[in-house]
Amino acid sequence: MRKLFLALATGLLLAGSVSAASAADKLKVGFIYLGPIGDLGWTYQHDLARQALVKELGDKIETTYLENVPEGPDAERSIEQLVRAGNKLIFTTSFGYMDPTLKVAKKYPNVHFEHATGYKRNPNMSTYSAKWWQGRYIQGLIAAKMSKSGVLGYIGSFPIPEVVSGINATMLAAQTINPGIKVKIIWANTWFDPGKEADAAKALIDQGADVIMQHTDSPAAMQIASERGKLAFGQDSEMIKFGPKTQLTSILDTWGPYYIERVKAELAGTWKSEDSWGGLDSHMFAMAPYTNMPDEVKKMAEDAQAAITAGKLHPFKCPIVGQDGKPVECKGGDHLDDGQILGMNFYVKGIDDKLPGK
Amino acid sequence: MQLVLEKRAERSGTIALVSPLLAIGLTIVTMVILFAILGKNPLLALHAYFIAPLTDGYSLQEIAVKATPLVMIAIGLSLCYLANAWNIGAEGQFLIGAVAGSWIAVRTQGTDAGAWVLPAMLVLAAAAGALYALIPAICKVKFGASEILTSLMLVYVADLFLDYLVRGPWRDPHGFNFPTTAEFDPVATVPLLIEGGRLHLGSIIALLVVAAAAILLARTIKGFEIRVVGAAPRAARFGGFNANQLIILTFAVSGALAGLAGIIEVAGPVGHLQPGISPGYGFTAIIVAFLGRLNPVGILIAGLFLALTFIGGEQAQIAMKIPLDVTKVFQGILLFYVLACDSLILYRFKLVSSNRQVPRGAG
Repeated sequence: MRKLFLALATGLLLAGSVSAASAADKLKVGFIYLGPIGDLGWTYQHDLARQALVKELGDKIETTYLENVPEGPDAERSIEQLVRAGNKLIFTTSFGYMDPTLKVAKKYPNVHFEHATGYKRNPNMSTYSAKWWQGRYIQGLIAAKMSKSGVLGYIGSFPIPEVVSGINATMLAAQTINPGIKVKIIWANTWFDPGKEADAAKALIDQGADVIMQHTDSPAAMQIASERGKLAFGQDSEMIKFGPKTQLTSILDTWGPYYIERVKAELAGTWKSEDSWGGLDSHMFAMAPYTNMPDEVKKMAEDAQAAITAGKLHPFKCPIVGQDGKPVECKGGDHLDDGQILGMNFYVKGIDDKLPGK
Repeated sequence: MQLVLEKRAERSGTIALVSPLLAIGLTIVTMVILFAILGKNPLLALHAYFIAPLTDGYSLQEIAVKATPLVMIAIGLSLCYLANAWNIGAEGQFLIGAVAGSWIAVRTQGTDAGAWVLPAMLVLAAAAGALYALIPAICKVKFGASEILTSLMLVYVADLFLDYLVRGPWRDPHGFNFPTTAEFDPVATVPLLIEGGRLHLGSIIALLVVAAAAILLARTIKGFEIRVVGAAPRAARFGGFNANQLIILTFAVSGALAGLAGIIEVAGPVGHLQPGISPGYGFTAIIVAFLGRLNPVGILIAGLFLALTFIGGEQAQIAMKIPLDVTKVFQGILLFYVLACDSLILYRFKLVSSNRQVPRGAG
């Protein structure tokens, strides 16, 4: 019985792949999105990049996306559905797709995969991410200059290294301006939940924070800060229309150039499995215009941005002192190395909070 | 002239049979109109939704994988609902089962523990799910607390408990602080039925559960008691049936089934414990239970049908670029028609002349 099943399944698989191959004259590129494309944050930016890709290479490729794919048991199926529909290069755009992407990648060695923000790779599976902590450093400088109360409010999503390194970069920058600066952190335990994000912003403002920063994806916190007359930073997208008098700047995810580059490589047959971790210098992200601040603060931010882009300023320059008062080992010469930042699991000195799960 | 709904003298057996078909027919008509408005070819769209997934082995497997937890949970819920006990918290029992079973997987990780691991995980998960479901059941029986509220609230407790475990004590030490346990060992994994596919042993277990429930309800005194207590509580009291005891029993059984579904999902398709293991299975199963008219075979069909709409919706997204929202609209319309058509079992339309006085605000 089992053999019969196996034979049937193999036959059907073969039949499927033959028909898919004969239909393909354009390269099919697939995308898996975490949220709806209208989330005005994370997924929206990925879709903008997909649109840029279509604009650039539309005559040679065809793109397909699946939106709102949860990071659970369904993800593997959704990715495999894209493979079976003939997509040869597939971008899975959230961390939680890591294991499902790897499973499907091992099953289909001739299809190439690009997984955002993860750390597991395969000969046919690349990873890509951005050094957002560089942008967070600039935000930390601005926040410390602009805060009157000396208390920053930070809405975290999950206590994972990407978010923790952002908090640390913010604080290290802020401390260069105001050594006594405080940060209040609320973990929303979600990437996208406007209600929770708004509640977090209200709670932070009630605790005295007058500059709100977020590592969650919706513009809800910006709206609350705007209502209460405070200042805030956007996230992922340009959020100025939600707080014309509120937004200081925003870290903009600009995946377009990377997607175009990888698809060109695929078309040329030169695609290789790589780990791309780009910063300001490689345009993996950008800073929205510096607004709602005096010219001198704006100049300071622009100078810092230029210095980071040129490689003259490293946000995690040693010595770095951990929360326990002990200096952190400096593996990258005069700054922390990429591995230490990728796996960051500690707070720097001056953060008056406990890292969850520590 | 006026159109009014009038209660039938007795429930219509014909309509009870025809109603689901009528609902599906009306849904299809509505969807055809919707597709046409969206500028998509309605026939191709319906093909992508309903036919294409049924024509290849891969999609059939995926339908079975998706339906497995839904059917297993819905069977348990149907027993509760038949006995007039309202367990809304299957989602929480699902999560607690997943957590309890994972405990063994996490503790034995890398120890080469042997073949007892998976069976032990299944048993512990079912026991934990049952115990967790007993909390609202006992509160109901002892203190008269609404089981709808307590079971629902316990969902959030389970969710946060799981969250705490995978962010804290059970976190994969090599996982860069990401909230997940390490991948389970092979002995702690539900075996696949087809090499290279995703169909797993859990689907067989779900079928056994359906068969067991069908026998319980149709052939045993307990099954009879459950039905009588729900349908005619007064008659049940005269018959000497203990309603409280049945609330406890049906809650325990449905909790056990939800817990079992939880560990099968974690040790099967997911492979490790992480937040978000359930895309709302415990709640979707409530729909499955009612769509299947609280009948085991009906639930099996309803579960497979709902799974088909998920898989078909995905294929329609890929093949015809039909947005996911349309799939959700489609599921909503289907439910709406099912409920609307069901009202025809107990009611009928009647034309009355408008000069007759119809009492306002009543009826």
